[in-house]
Amino acid sequence: MDFAFLSGMLTQLLKGLPLTLNLGMLALAGGFGLSLILNLMRTTRVGNALASAYVFAFRGTPLLIQIFMIYYGLASFGFIRHGFLWPFLREPYWCGLLALILNDAAYTSEILRGGLRAVPRGAVEAARVSGMTRLTVMRRITLPIAVRQALPAYSNEVISILKSTALVSTITLMEVTGIARAAVSETWRAVEIFLCAAAIYLALSLLVTQLSAWAERRLSPWQFGETP
Amino acid sequence: MQADLTLLGFGPDGWGLALARAGLMTLYVSVAAFLSGLAFGTLIAWARVAGNWPLRKLAEAYATVFRGVPDILVIYLFYFGGRQVVTAIGTALGLSGPFDISGFLAGVLAIGLVSAANQSEVLRGAYQAVPRGTIEAGRVVGMTRLVLFRRVIAPQALVTAIPGMGNQWQSVIKESALVSVTGLVETMRQVAVAAGTTQEHFLFYAAGAIIYLIITTLSDHVFRLAERRSLRGHEQGGI
Repeated sequence: MDFAFLSGMLTQLLKGLPLTLNLGMLALAGGFGLSLILNLMRTTRVGNALASAYVFAFRGTPLLIQIFMIYYGLASFGFIRHGFLWPFLREPYWCGLLALILNDAAYTSEILRGGLRAVPRGAVEAARVSGMTRLTVMRRITLPIAVRQALPAYSNEVISILKSTALVSTITLMEVTGIARAAVSETWRAVEIFLCAAAIYLALSLLVTQLSAWAERRLSPWQFGETP
Repeated sequence: MQADLTLLGFGPDGWGLALARAGLMTLYVSVAAFLSGLAFGTLIAWARVAGNWPLRKLAEAYATVFRGVPDILVIYLFYFGGRQVVTAIGTALGLSGPFDISGFLAGVLAIGLVSAANQSEVLRGAYQAVPRGTIEAGRVVGMTRLVLFRRVIAPQALVTAIPGMGNQWQSVIKESALVSVTGLVETMRQVAVAAGTTQEHFLFYAAGAIIYLIITTLSDHVFRLAERRSLRGHEQGGI
């Protein structure tokens, strides 16, 4: 075992961590916002059909093809190449982020939908009767209950998005996996380098698991035999 | 975009046949990966519910590691790392190179091992949902462990496991697109090649997306049918 090489490699790979985290967190934030919109759309019939079609398309196809479709495919359209979004859509960073957001929104909206379904009707009615506006009910009753319910499934989605950020290395972004790929083609020491990269992702997902267990305990202490 | 739909047809300059073949390859890779995942996942699940302490910890560690690492990294590790290992062994044995490992094998193995970690979770959950009473009853009437598994545990656990297994199969199909990085000509690779050759990027990626949608939708129906069938004679009859 060449420990000098391994530690040097690890520091080099860690330089990609900010980009990995940046993509992961922005994708989660954007995906969550979009999934809220998708769930709001579900209250009307047309909106429901649109949201279902969206979820069907994005959950039924691989993320890799979505990334390529946005990065290479959108440039086929003249109006996009000459549109105001082109300065963004020609950058691999924005294309990768957009694909991650769109993909995450499809999965998150289903998780959130399950959570929303678990909100007791009585709680919402009680809030309405006591004179809360629709928005206040959403903010103070529906979302807190739904989010609490959806947390375990959502933590899986957080881990899955962090892992998915590795795919943007295929469109030349130099996050952890991208740096690893470049280093392998320089040194041909694939086993050591990819294991180093894997260790970084593993540490990240263990961290998320711990955080979500902590949050779950905080949000619903009665399920763990503690009194709030 | 002046998309030329004859490019997708089966004519002389159509890519239809190549795409159909690639779709079959996707299916082939997915089935092979899912089945190896099932075999290995069953072992892991068994170690987690029935193993002794070290075996249980080992299985848990396996599941944690493979669920925490990006699939594409596992494929890279198996493909490029596998080549490195094979070359090292080959050189040590005094054989002359170049050595290579097939993208199909590396991909199937990588996706299978990742899927095994996820499938073991589903199977473990399904086993734990089997009512204890039925197992005790089976033991009391004198069934051996194998008969008990075959006639009491497996039939009940499989019913609970079908929806979860359906989800795993869906994600295996989508992960199979990642095998394209090894150069194996499945759907993803084939549409990328076609898009590069014809410069009709959107058209071909859209066609690839539709191939995946067809596969995932059809198999979703199959799993639903299986679910309904497996619930025959059960009082709750589904939810």
